[in-house]
Amino acid sequence: MDLGELASCLGSASCVVTQVSAGLTIGLLIFLVASGLTLIFGVLGLVNFAHGTLYMLGSYFALTAYGTTGSFLAAVGAGAFGVALVGLLMERFLLSRIYGTDVLMQLLVCYAIILILDDVVKIVWGGDFLKMDLPDAFRRPPVIIAGGIVPYYYVILFAITAAIAVILAWGMGRTRFGRTVRAAAVNPGMVGALGINTTAVFAAVFAIGSLLAGLAGALSAPIRSVVPGAGVSILIESFIVTVIGGMGSIWGALIASLLIGFTRSFGSIGFPLFTEGMMFLMMALVLLVKPSGLAGKPHA
Amino acid sequence: MMAELSVSGLDAAYGASQVLFGVEFDVERGETLALMGRNGAGKSTTFKAIAGLLSPRGGKVLLRGQDLAGAKPYRIARAGVGFVPEDRQVFPEHTVEENLEVAQKPGPGGGDWNVERAFQVFPMLVPLRKRMAGRLSGGEQQMLTIARSLMGNPAVLLLDEPSEGLAPLIVAQIGDLIRKLREMGTTIVLAEQNSRFCLGVATRVAVIDKGAIVWRGGVEQFRADPSVQARYLQV
Repeated sequence: MDLGELASCLGSASCVVTQVSAGLTIGLLIFLVASGLTLIFGVLGLVNFAHGTLYMLGSYFALTAYGTTGSFLAAVGAGAFGVALVGLLMERFLLSRIYGTDVLMQLLVCYAIILILDDVVKIVWGGDFLKMDLPDAFRRPPVIIAGGIVPYYYVILFAITAAIAVILAWGMGRTRFGRTVRAAAVNPGMVGALGINTTAVFAAVFAIGSLLAGLAGALSAPIRSVVPGAGVSILIESFIVTVIGGMGSIWGALIASLLIGFTRSFGSIGFPLFTEGMMFLMMALVLLVKPSGLAGKPHA
Repeated sequence: MMAELSVSGLDAAYGASQVLFGVEFDVERGETLALMGRNGAGKSTTFKAIAGLLSPRGGKVLLRGQDLAGAKPYRIARAGVGFVPEDRQVFPEHTVEENLEVAQKPGPGGGDWNVERAFQVFPMLVPLRKRMAGRLSGGEQQMLTIARSLMGNPAVLLLDEPSEGLAPLIVAQIGDLIRKLREMGTTIVLAEQNSRFCLGVATRVAVIDKGAIVWRGGVEQFRADPSVQARYLQV
């Protein structure tokens, strides 16, 4: 525990800038994963324990696409759309059969998917730590703000993830598809009786949630190590985020993701041995004050 | 002439207990058929079986000659059956306008319904346009669900007890609205136990009791035969 270090960091503009940029970047990457998780839970009522595994697959798809094409865009596209396809197949053939069952059944099926996909990854890519090289276009000197160092790739990541967050919020709130999804989340029977194919809506929502996880995996491949089982830690963080933010709430997920991002970045200075513990402590505090989460509705 | 909606031999059950026993009726294009019966006679079940929310055990549901019995609810809705449930089921956290938008789609009714047209025909909804549907009164919600079902341009509109639980003044407004829709050419089946309300808006009557149609006829014929009312409708 080194709170003196934290205090001196908070007193220096450059240190604050560096840590805030790191916190924003980590937070927004977690948001991509957590927003998919919370979207799927909010609409389908399914706790997708395999969501972290989709994130991991996104990293591997990106790695391979980058290795063969050398294009960052192709890498991100392969991660996002490849995982959307995997998610769609998963939903159609496995998960759509367990909607409405108890959470133990969901846990069991998702855990099986996690184990199978982890092994598939080991067979295809091996069990070693891999890392995607940073594309040349992003090998630029860091941006200096108020003396604080912000890696150039962080700026790119921030721009992409912030844009996705805005698109997601706009899409859910302002488009017809978003309204239909929200209506189907509340009352699928009535939505069906109005002539809307809710099965297709559910599949699309799962594919979108998967796409977000795959995108996060692809974007983080150059800065986090790519390894089988990499999905577990991001899954835990995403669960903390959905619980703090409120299950099913996109806005809650955004606020909670940034909270977790800042806890990680500033925590690594002030209490490096207790950053993980701090996340759980925050979750416990939020649950004590507001059991449904920051933006969650009671019994949602 | 082919009936717009022709139901025949419709059987339905909740688990082991059978509720409908060969329900049979026809609705001609543009008419308003009142499906009258006591609580539990099978009115709502008939509607649910037609709309596909309950899978019928047997029988036919012909919409313009196409058999829809047992199809998925969204297919039945797209084929042209608009269902307004008894408990209304507005989307509470959508605004009035959004409730309408979600339901907008082309349909066989050819009414060219869109949000603006809905507000013209339902002027009482205009000031509520941006209000959350969950905060509307029961009568306002009833108007909204009727408008919402029309947004799919249905060939036939099934209205399940639209007067239930509403103040007399609101019931009169809903009656005016149903007459207005009929004048616009909408084909309607109205399930009701409130016979005064029903007779004011319907063109024909079918009485259901214990899951089967027991009487059919015109509105005047029904009025002239108090024994039907005494036997099947009064408690």
